Amino acid sequence: MSAVVDDDAIPARPESSESRTFARAVKDLRDGLASRELWFHLGWQDIKQRYRRSALGPFWITIATAVTATAMGLLYGELFGMDIKVFLPYVTLGFIFWNFIESSILDGSEVFSKNEGLIKQLPAPVSVHVYRVVWRALIIFAHNVAIIVIVFLIFPPPIGWSAFLVVPALVLYMLNSIWVTIVFGILSTRFRDIGQLLTTAVRLVFFMTPIIWTTTSLSNATGETSSRLKLVELNPMFHYLEIARGPLLGQPVEFYHWAVVLGCTAFGWILGMLVMRNYRARVAYWV
Amino acid sequence: MAKKNIAPDTRVRVDTWDACVDFPIFDAKTRSLKKSVIGAAGGVIGANASNVVVVEALKNINIHLKHGDRVGLVGHNGAGKSTLLRLLSGIYEPTRGACRVQGRVAPVFDLGVGMDPEISGYENIIIRGMFLGMTRKEMLKKIDDIAEFTELGDYLQMPLRTYSTGMRVRIALGVVTSIDPEILILDEGIGAVDAEFMKKARGRLQALVERSGILVFASHSNEFLAQLCDRALWIDKGEVRMEGGIDEVVEAYEGPAAAAHVRKIMAEVKADDSTKASE
Repeated sequence: MSAVVDDDAIPARPESSESRTFARAVKDLRDGLASRELWFHLGWQDIKQRYRRSALGPFWITIATAVTATAMGLLYGELFGMDIKVFLPYVTLGFIFWNFIESSILDGSEVFSKNEGLIKQLPAPVSVHVYRVVWRALIIFAHNVAIIVIVFLIFPPPIGWSAFLVVPALVLYMLNSIWVTIVFGILSTRFRDIGQLLTTAVRLVFFMTPIIWTTTSLSNATGETSSRLKLVELNPMFHYLEIARGPLLGQPVEFYHWAVVLGCTAFGWILGMLVMRNYRARVAYWV
Repeated sequence: MAKKNIAPDTRVRVDTWDACVDFPIFDAKTRSLKKSVIGAAGGVIGANASNVVVVEALKNINIHLKHGDRVGLVGHNGAGKSTLLRLLSGIYEPTRGACRVQGRVAPVFDLGVGMDPEISGYENIIIRGMFLGMTRKEMLKKIDDIAEFTELGDYLQMPLRTYSTGMRVRIALGVVTSIDPEILILDEGIGAVDAEFMKKARGRLQALVERSGILVFASHSNEFLAQLCDRALWIDKGEVRMEGGIDEVVEAYEGPAAAAHVRKIMAEVKADDSTKASE
């Protein structure tokens, strides 16, 4: 009969602080990538569940974005007296990229508390849920690509090879989406107010970011442009939108936008790794 | 129990060293509970350094399991059995002390976790397997076997929401008993199926236990414990109160009558095994 406490074969006790190391955080991220079959499925299931038994299914994403972007483009274009040929693609693109940012922040902040059941029943890496959020945001984005195509057919933009700069921009979006989900997801699992706070903050930032207005309309409206423009420049979301929207509109994107985004990405990942190291193991306790 | 055909795998191990699990309860009022309260059921309630109410669900757990160990857990409701199972599956990392799990863990706390009511029975079989650590490919290989076991036939193409509870349990049991885990963690509550089917499921469950390297099983059913395990741990107020053979532990926990019943079942199992061996 085998002994439960088998004295002669007990392995040496590891350092008890083992669970709070960067090595474990990195391992979690790597193991999460390895179980991609699981989060591929979970991400799809999230989308399918939302549009279950509707005839158009996930294409409601496309329709909703198209309607909102068109309405806002027409309305604000009229209000600011913009050329619709330029302004409608601008609003549509801004809106689609903003949707990606917004869903990473908001879905990311509630992903752990919403999946309490799974977390308490599966010894899966925490990052599985992180990748699931990013993957879901990507699926939604892919549905919106159809709108970009249609808008470009109606209003052909002056774009060339530089349009492909949108690819590295999207990669940066995904990298940011990962750390945002880690940081906000874990923190708002512990402090449930953070999720609510983020919902409010995100809506505010939407209006403060040039999406349904442009930096030029800002300077047209009044004489004192410099201080207002500075305020826009301080908003990191402005730079995130510029690097993705600019290439597709055929606008040259100044290097400092990329620099700001790269800086934010690096800073965010450092923050994300610190949160992963210190609180990864706490998620199961907090949900 | 039978563990003849398995070559012992020294890599598969579960070890804990003075592992403690403390739950912070953020929404409980700290002040009224400043003095630690010890109740008959549930863990010890106290407060930690930052004045958050803490439930000490597990305290100083030292368990060392290796390939071939089949351990049953007994104890009151709230004694910490499920929490211990979660600690041993690596879901909770200990707040103090250490725990190391080596090997592929398949924890079964809830038969239905990960089941999606809107997709077909077939799809659910594959997905449930993925939740238990299998790959899609491995599940595709097993799907015919599982489909046959569930006896649901063409019904497997219907969405799961059209199934009765019993049919869902059939699918869940079919999947759970088809996997090849290195460490199998079973919580109580498998047994809401009709008796005829249960007899069939029990055989598969036993085969599963024989396949898996380590079994930890929490149950209130002494019959089940005696059939599947050879050691038992009595968990009480978050600590291991006693460990030993199932009959000894059950005797201490429930009295001599229950122990006699356990011994009878153990003798039956043994007789069963020897007739199987001689066949």
